Amino acid sequence: MATPKRDFLQSLWDFFCSLKLTMFLLISLAVISIIGTVIPQGPPPEEYLAQISPAKAGAYKALGFFDMYHSWWFILLLYLLTVNLVACSIKRLPHIWKIISQPVTTLSAGLEQSLANVTTIPTPDEPATIKERVAAFLKAEYAAPGITEIDGVWHLFAQKTPWCRLSVYCVHLSIIIIFIGSMIGSLFGFKAFVNIPEGGSISKVMSRSEKELDLGFSLRLEQFSMAKYPSGAPKEFKSILTVLENGKPVSDYTNVRVIVNDPLSYKGITFYQSSYGNAGNYFFTVSGLDGKNSVPITIAGQDSVSLPDGSSMHVTESTKDVSQFVPELSGAAAQVELHTPDGKTESFVVYANHPEKNALHAQQHGKGPVINYKGAEERMYTGLQVAKDPGVEIVWLGCVLMVIGIYAAFFLSHRRIWVRIENGSITVGGNASKNQGAFQHTFEVLVERLKTELAKEKQS
Amino acid sequence: MTSSLLFNLTTFAYLASMLVFFVFLAARASALGTAAMLTAYFGLLAQTVAIGLRWKESYDMGVGHAPLSNLYESVVFFSWTIVLIYALLDIKYKYRVVGAFVMPFALLGMAWAQLGMNNAIEPLVPALQSNWLLYHVVTCFLGYAAFAVACGISIMYLIKAGNEETVDKPAGGGLLFMFPPIRVLDDLNYRAIMVGFPLLTLGIITGAAWANYAWGTYWSWDPKETWSLIVWFVYAAFLHARITKGWVGKRAAWLSIIGFAATIFCYLGVNLFLSGLHSYGGK
Ligand code: HEM
Repeated sequence: MATPKRDFLQSLWDFFCSLKLTMFLLISLAVISIIGTVIPQGPPPEEYLAQISPAKAGAYKALGFFDMYHSWWFILLLYLLTVNLVACSIKRLPHIWKIISQPVTTLSAGLEQSLANVTTIPTPDEPATIKERVAAFLKAEYAAPGITEIDGVWHLFAQKTPWCRLSVYCVHLSIIIIFIGSMIGSLFGFKAFVNIPEGGSISKVMSRSEKELDLGFSLRLEQFSMAKYPSGAPKEFKSILTVLENGKPVSDYTNVRVIVNDPLSYKGITFYQSSYGNAGNYFFTVSGLDGKNSVPITIAGQDSVSLPDGSSMHVTESTKDVSQFVPELSGAAAQVELHTPDGKTESFVVYANHPEKNALHAQQHGKGPVINYKGAEERMYTGLQVAKDPGVEIVWLGCVLMVIGIYAAFFLSHRRIWVRIENGSITVGGNASKNQGAFQHTFEVLVERLKTELAKEKQS
Repeated sequence: MTSSLLFNLTTFAYLASMLVFFVFLAARASALGTAAMLTAYFGLLAQTVAIGLRWKESYDMGVGHAPLSNLYESVVFFSWTIVLIYALLDIKYKYRVVGAFVMPFALLGMAWAQLGMNNAIEPLVPALQSNWLLYHVVTCFLGYAAFAVACGISIMYLIKAGNEETVDKPAGGGLLFMFPPIRVLDDLNYRAIMVGFPLLTLGIITGAAWANYAWGTYWSWDPKETWSLIVWFVYAAFLHARITKGWVGKRAAWLSIIGFAATIFCYLGVNLFLSGLHSYGGK
């Protein structure tokens, strides 16, 4: 009664149950993932776009190569993987479940043929009496056996770790749990960023998609500091933070130390030390080449200001003591970047204690202006990564299940022993779902012990 | 005795071990196989002491940390794990010849580290100041090492299987005489990956846990993370190949070799050719 529709459904089902599809999906995912490691992800940087032709850039954009791990075709592959996994499990689980819940407890001739490990021990004793001794032996040496009698033939069946046959499904289930956890995270969580100047507080953060998010509480930066190794390499970046509810400090969250690798969590939202900079003012004077018309200029933090001659200027770096870089000089110095009205950009250092150097630089460049540095007001800001992810516990649950499942799938094995006792002979058969070599050894040792056990009782 | 002296000794021991393994392949005297193995064990011991000593030396310098913090230290550790995994396999299964295909990897690592890299002990930058560094690096590298051993075994498999197809009387003579039968090689390959795959899985999970703890995202598709996932997919494919019709034998061996090539790219290629969050730069 095979209608075409049924045939179609059947072949669709077979397609999704096929392990060839699994191979195809796993290898495709491996190969396709390479794209996103070669092409930068996220909004493409200008330098990268300059390297490739506009046609190529357009094609990449249309294909979703700049955000490929969220492109429809990558997600589709993950969905196919999930369907493949579920279909395979639905197809195989009932069979596996039957092996576990309704074990074959009698050693038929057919089963005996299929087993790799079979031994027959001749015996003169009555089956009914000897079965007690074999059962006691199995219970002591292996596992408590089940006993069945069919037409005067006794069957004993003992097994170990039957449930480990489910471990593969535990691994597969864990993959789906991880997917669910990551979906919950992307639906109900966020990733954001915020800068807080020393003494300042914030209650809103900027999400990756440039949306302002309200935290529902405020966070104040008490202090930011940075420590260095003697070699000058950074040792520690530290923010001291206080959580404020309705403007009042929360007692357990006052003056909390946050460093890289040690974040602050409050109400499910976590703050991570990420960057820093100077938010304070820099002071300069700017004059013509002759030193006349001097005007004071103040630049706030990373801002850019316009000078009287129409150029714009910002500070890229500053120091209180330039002698650690150039021993023969002293005092404060700042590295500034100047964009002149005719479109040139130059970067140079201006000094507080060496006005002659500042004037010399201006002269060498023709018409000035002469810029003198007057020092800075130190006020650091801290850059914090902000994240909320309600799905993360589910992801960890999936990971734990996966590790346990993989361990059990590889290193545990369902081992079964059958014994058939009839007039004149005892037949022992055994089988293991994994690692047959090791089981063969166990089996042989067990049979030898059984033989000695039976011989011993005969003598006594 | 300083750690760098012991590392040089280790390099020589691995070189000697490899050469004796090659002679063993040609001469087929089992005493040579034993000698090669003992030399490798000696190297492993020297290297273990050296790594411990370097750890201590970093504390003496006041910048104490496990010696896993830069490219030099990681290459040395990789070498160590390769010989360790091989030694465990040898103790359990006693197929000496495999050494001829595994020791070259260990020697390559040590020689590159000793000859081509700066071995100064440096203080840890803030991003690496975490216990997760230890868990993450140790699990990853033990996994990589098992894959290196599997790759060596797969190469043997392909040589032997190719030979059995073309030669009338297989295993008749030549170097291949010493090789275990392909059935055994196939099994050893699987066993090595059975050790490597759970370790790589743990390595990826500890990496994700660390990223989540330090940055608030357990996965950000950074090139290193993505490549570790690519490696994971390849070995997952290997595991399923064994139960898929038409994929057993040679194709599985090729998957194991491709998997190790991807592993090496994940470890070194990503830092040399791509940019990202991980800091074992070769620069
Ligand atoms: C489309 C996705 C997948 C399908 C359809 C699938 C299917 C299967 C099947 C049918 C088995 C054999 C079970 C048995 O022997 O009764 C298996 C084994 C296994 N699978 Fe998957 N699988 C998939 C993805 C994965 C992934 C991504 C992993 C990664 C961890 C994985 C890990 C395993 C492991 C560890 C085994 C045991 C292999 C062994 O014992 O050698 N599977 N899988």
